[in-house]
Amino acid sequence: MADIAGTAPGQAPAAPRMSLRGALSAAEIDFRLFGMLIALAAILIGFNVANGGTFLRAENMSTLAVQGAGVAVLATGMVLVIVARNIDLSVGSLVGLVAMTYALLMTDWLPNILGLSVDFPFRWLIALLVGIALGAIVGGLQGFIIAYVGVPSFVVTLGGLLSIRGVVWVLSQGAAVSGLDPTFQLLGGSAEGSIGGTLTLAVALIGCASIIGLLVYNRRQRRRFGFPVRPTWAEVTLGVVGCLAVVGLAAFANSNYWPAGAATRYAQEHGIIEPAGGLRLSVGLPWPVVVLLAVTLVMTFLATRLRFGRYVYAYGGNPEAAVLAGINTRWTLVKIYILMGILCAISAAIAAARLNGATLDVGQSYELYVIAAAVVGGTSFAGGIGTIPGAVLGAFVMQALAYGLAYSGYNSPIQNIVAGIVLILAVGFDSYSRRRGGGT
Amino acid sequence: MAVAQRAPIVEMRHIRVSFGGVHAVDDVSVDLRAGEVIGLVGGNGAGKSTLMRALSGAHPPNSGEIRVNGKPVTIANPRDAKMHNIETIYQTLALADNVDAPANVFLGRELTTVWRTMDDGAMEDATRKVMGRLNPNFKRFNQPVQSLSGGQRQAVAIARAVYFNAKILIMDEPTAALGPAETAQVRDLVRQLKNEGIGIFLISHDIHDVFDLSDRISVMYHGRIVDTVVKTDVTADEVLGMIILGKKPGQVTHEELAELQLPGESAPAS
Repeated sequence: MADIAGTAPGQAPAAPRMSLRGALSAAEIDFRLFGMLIALAAILIGFNVANGGTFLRAENMSTLAVQGAGVAVLATGMVLVIVARNIDLSVGSLVGLVAMTYALLMTDWLPNILGLSVDFPFRWLIALLVGIALGAIVGGLQGFIIAYVGVPSFVVTLGGLLSIRGVVWVLSQGAAVSGLDPTFQLLGGSAEGSIGGTLTLAVALIGCASIIGLLVYNRRQRRRFGFPVRPTWAEVTLGVVGCLAVVGLAAFANSNYWPAGAATRYAQEHGIIEPAGGLRLSVGLPWPVVVLLAVTLVMTFLATRLRFGRYVYAYGGNPEAAVLAGINTRWTLVKIYILMGILCAISAAIAAARLNGATLDVGQSYELYVIAAAVVGGTSFAGGIGTIPGAVLGAFVMQALAYGLAYSGYNSPIQNIVAGIVLILAVGFDSYSRRRGGGT
Repeated sequence: MAVAQRAPIVEMRHIRVSFGGVHAVDDVSVDLRAGEVIGLVGGNGAGKSTLMRALSGAHPPNSGEIRVNGKPVTIANPRDAKMHNIETIYQTLALADNVDAPANVFLGRELTTVWRTMDDGAMEDATRKVMGRLNPNFKRFNQPVQSLSGGQRQAVAIARAVYFNAKILIMDEPTAALGPAETAQVRDLVRQLKNEGIGIFLISHDIHDVFDLSDRISVMYHGRIVDTVVKTDVTADEVLGMIILGKKPGQVTHEELAELQLPGESAPAS
């Protein structure tokens, strides 16, 4: 994967004939990200056509999103790991460890050791905080060995993959553990585990306000210093398209209704008299998707707005330059692995909540899917290149393929074959387009 | 010469840097005054860059003393050096190729807003101002620096050094990768910085650069200083002789000079 060799002649958007690429670059839209959106749309539409139009329904997409959320959450961190020229093979095992910890905390340790009975409030939150702390510690420990002792990350996290999975067995004595706190289970994203129609709409409106706010703020900032700004048409188009997309997705999520049985139960529990034809409750966004949205926003903020993110990218681009610039690169690396550990805990919460417990193989092979997602999403193993939204999209491209194939009746060997080929094709296409001078 | 009477801003005393038993720099002492350019010359592996890496914090010395403005200082890492207003332009430029010019200029010293987020606007603004002085044609402020030409990249590396009020500037082969026009630009810049009172260590293979710009010349040979001479006291050939033979001009025999077969009229007349 040779990176561009200095000369990149393709960066003159001033051509009078406005190409798509020219328009995108005038609007400062990442060409690669845009291409991935198109690819994802093509995959979804393709499966929809192949299945006679039954595929692209809100409940299917909701399931797809919930299934992909766990890997996507991890992919946001793996981008930074790979951008900093490292790797983390231990994420799957760490997800397994934290998931098992959640299950044991809520079924055994909290009630039997700490005496916090089932009725104790915020048990779910206590479990979550313990899990996040555990993830941060294990991640940080691996990061410390990598950064300060100097053992290659491949070796450290390969060791982590093996030994952490072993700890899961030791903790659970080989048994599956089930029976989580009801509030915690909401993170699994069933009909009950979604935020409902009204909140979904509220999230969408906040999203629109943020898009417009960000566009205006950025324009003001550039005006303040007299820098060139985007053409007005581009700003307006971006705002309108962005808001339409957000509201459209929310409406789509809201067109998914509770299953009749669950709705009836809900009506009885809340003393609502069920209207004729059943209660129509919008499911809206599942909690795992909400969590993923929040994680993506926070991680993007860390990566692009804080010094930490700048240092990660600079280190990936030229480690020696980062050291000579006086950056504490070792501590930066440790922070990346702490972050990765926290993301493992979040992903583990989703996985455990979906299972209502933990088995021995929660998170098995996650590391492979997560690395694949990051790489399909445009992250380069040469270091320094990769975006968090790209990795999330990459995760969903892979998940859409797997889910679509399953939906079309192909079993998991076929799904794996396709996933592997797509991974290679995506990276091949990426290095080809980079060589042709697409810039970063 | 007025510069010669000033007190040194940097003194390096008995500096020793070893790599596994090999003394890359062996008991070297140099000093530098404000507004002075010291040309540091020597063959490959003579220890010029290693000596300067000791001053810039990239590779701290094993022993010896560094004084800045007469006070002994500890320079354990690049951050320490920058704290003492010692800035370095490395031969490799040491740029993060994947980020843009403002990000490189402010790398490790980012300007932040009150919310501790990076103030990209302010950084780009400052970069535009300093680049306007160094390279007025520079326009690509939002492109990764790998897409820039050699001269533009050099300008970014220089901008990073001069923006932060350098008092002591180390330039390691600043013109090695440049074309004639850009080389002339860098030479003008060196003179300008010198006139502003900045002390400059100039490492160069180009003896013309060195003679053109330096006040004094320190010649290194196998990790030691052969001699530090005032430029006006020596000829280019004498310096070349010191670089190649590692001996002061007076100690060089005519036979040795003849063996060198220096080009031009310098061959000793019968």
